[in-house]
Amino acid sequence: MEPRTTTRRAFLSLSLGLPLGAALAACGSAGPGTAAGGGGPKATYWYLSQQPAEGVRRRAVERFNKANPNGQIAETTFQNDAYKTKIKTAIGAGQAPTIIFGWGGGTLRSYVQAGQVDDLTPWFEQNPQVKDRLFPSAFGAATIEGKIYALPIERVQPIVLFYNKKVFDQVGVQPPQTWGDIMDLVPKFNAKGIAPFSLGGQSRWTNMMWLEFLFDRIGGPEVFQAVFDGEKDAWSHPAAIDALGKVQELVKADGFIKGFSSITADSNADQALLYTGKAAMMLHGSWSYGIQATEGGDFVSSGGLGYLNFPPVDGGKGDPGNTVGNPAQYLSISSKATAQEKEIAKKFFATGLSTDQEIDDWIATGSVPIVKGIESKLAASKDAEWLKFVYDIASNAKTFGQSWDQALSPTAAEVLLDNIAKLFQLSISPEQFATNMNAVIGQ
Amino acid sequence: MSTLVTPVPPAERQGAERGAGAGPGRERGLAWLAAPALVVFVAFGAIPLVGVLLLSFTTWDTLGTISVTGLESWRAVLSDPGLPHALWVTFLVMALSWLVQTPMSVLLGVFLAGHQRYRAVLAVFYFVPLLLSSAAIAVTYKALLDPNFGLGAGLGIELLAQDWLGEPHLALGVVIFVVSWQFIPFHTLIYQGGVRQIPRSMYEAAELDGAGRIRTFFSITLPQLKYTIITSSTLMVAGSLTFFDLIFVLTAGGPGDATRVLALDMYKRGFQANLMGHASAIAVILVLVGLALALLLRRIGGGSSSASQLDGA
Repeated sequence: MEPRTTTRRAFLSLSLGLPLGAALAACGSAGPGTAAGGGGPKATYWYLSQQPAEGVRRRAVERFNKANPNGQIAETTFQNDAYKTKIKTAIGAGQAPTIIFGWGGGTLRSYVQAGQVDDLTPWFEQNPQVKDRLFPSAFGAATIEGKIYALPIERVQPIVLFYNKKVFDQVGVQPPQTWGDIMDLVPKFNAKGIAPFSLGGQSRWTNMMWLEFLFDRIGGPEVFQAVFDGEKDAWSHPAAIDALGKVQELVKADGFIKGFSSITADSNADQALLYTGKAAMMLHGSWSYGIQATEGGDFVSSGGLGYLNFPPVDGGKGDPGNTVGNPAQYLSISSKATAQEKEIAKKFFATGLSTDQEIDDWIATGSVPIVKGIESKLAASKDAEWLKFVYDIASNAKTFGQSWDQALSPTAAEVLLDNIAKLFQLSISPEQFATNMNAVIGQ
Repeated sequence: MSTLVTPVPPAERQGAERGAGAGPGRERGLAWLAAPALVVFVAFGAIPLVGVLLLSFTTWDTLGTISVTGLESWRAVLSDPGLPHALWVTFLVMALSWLVQTPMSVLLGVFLAGHQRYRAVLAVFYFVPLLLSSAAIAVTYKALLDPNFGLGAGLGIELLAQDWLGEPHLALGVVIFVVSWQFIPFHTLIYQGGVRQIPRSMYEAAELDGAGRIRTFFSITLPQLKYTIITSSTLMVAGSLTFFDLIFVLTAGGPGDATRVLALDMYKRGFQANLMGHASAIAVILVLVGLALALLLRRIGGGSSSASQLDGA
């Protein structure tokens, strides 16, 4: 019997020891290394991995590390959705990187309330040259109760109405100038078997962009501002109900591509629908331009991609020059970092970001950096026409509304996205939407 | 994949208690063998469970401090119409996937229990879905079922070009189909083993009595598989409670909330809406439902596995 016992024990230790060991090893390496590695202290920085932006960010860090051998930055990259979950968990667990990347607004507010990020107002006062060269509108989403908690970086990303010029020529119609034009175009495209609008509806924030514009064009920026300020029953504003109803009219008229509620934006399938001509138009962030240019073959270079600001709604109060989207991206400094790490991060903020080389890099990807006085650089680019269009929208907009899911707290944003999906599914009415959303105002 | 790691207690194996030398003294001597398993269970099972129970009485946004708020999370979760809906969807997925999987797994298991060479070859092919990760399967099916770039649109077959993941009922059907496609091989394997353990003498006796194939199947094979069916059903039911990865990638709970099962609801509340208290309350509900179902299944099976099914064999 003895040999059999040994075999069993060996089997047990194998079968149990292996997963346990693996689990422990995983625990050990899961946390980011904030400790100083070889070669002096290091500040940690996590950022998003989608190309071409990833390369721009990496080169900025490389340049900084080369110039500062005694105070380096250790970088880690994440995919967009993975990052959003990971950063929250890491901050909550006290494992945040020194430099926290984000989109400002409600998420930044939740960091501030938890005391997880440093107030940068004094630093901006000591370093006015950093603040003065950036778009003033970019600081709105970084400012919480009068104090600045983040440095605006990278590029401005308004939401734009893209259209496929070739499809418009083929059907023989003109780009829409009003909401009425949009509703008139819908049956014309459907009759030719072309979807009027592409939409990655499973991602939900894609649907949200429609509401952001309709709220603004019908009732002006005050309607959502009231929600943001936590006013009671703000979602029941007549302009809000009107906007919610207009979106449902568009859904009912088959304005969106068949199966839109199962298409994800992360897979770029919605972009493909536009450049393959299966859909005529698409409301999307300005980053879409770069994706269409890289994935759409000669679609962009041959002049196939058209773009315009969201058209006005007849009788609407909103300024048609207004826009919504991401005024900038933002970097904060973790309050849990050591003094040394914070020093490196601040040096990076002052000397490593929005440098001339980085500005050139962003322009090469078809983006407008958030830096003042770069008109000549934009005009010299191969995408000059597009860049001027984005620059004009961003600099002329009286209101640059922040994306709702970023402006609101994560709790309210999740309820919002959930109800938007149901609204587009026609499973709730505008009034039910307003009731559901009024219940979480101020949360 | 939780179905794969759920341990099948050795005592379930028929005849284990008849093993030689299982005296009390010997059992005490070997008790330490359970220690590693116990440590792992306490560290990764029991302690987190207690943690979740405690968290369900608090409010925590994962960033700030945890504050005790008594029954507030429970009140919010229980009064939310999303909870009965998620429970109903979870139940539908559980019941329908059981209904699809069990007959197919039994039939395939009986078929593959034969020792013919072509059946051994087929068994290898049937096994393939089990080798793929849920996420990979979901990504593949999502691409195949895409209404504009998928199989139906590509081949120009109208019937296949449905809005598979965009219509609430179709999406639920697709989820059940994909789940079944993934897990039927596993349960087939269980049934194959079960069928091979049935003594040949029973079939020989039945043949002498003049029973045909169908009669033998219903009078001998199925009753002999009773405990195998209970084991397999327990795995299916407990496993379907925790389906997450597949549905998350395939539909993300959509369209609307048509495929939002309890596990997905928990994730969304915890990690997307930052309501850890609410998510923990749902986690506790999940554990309770799972335990209740496992107990119920054991009850149906007669409670004790000591009753021999080999009487007269």
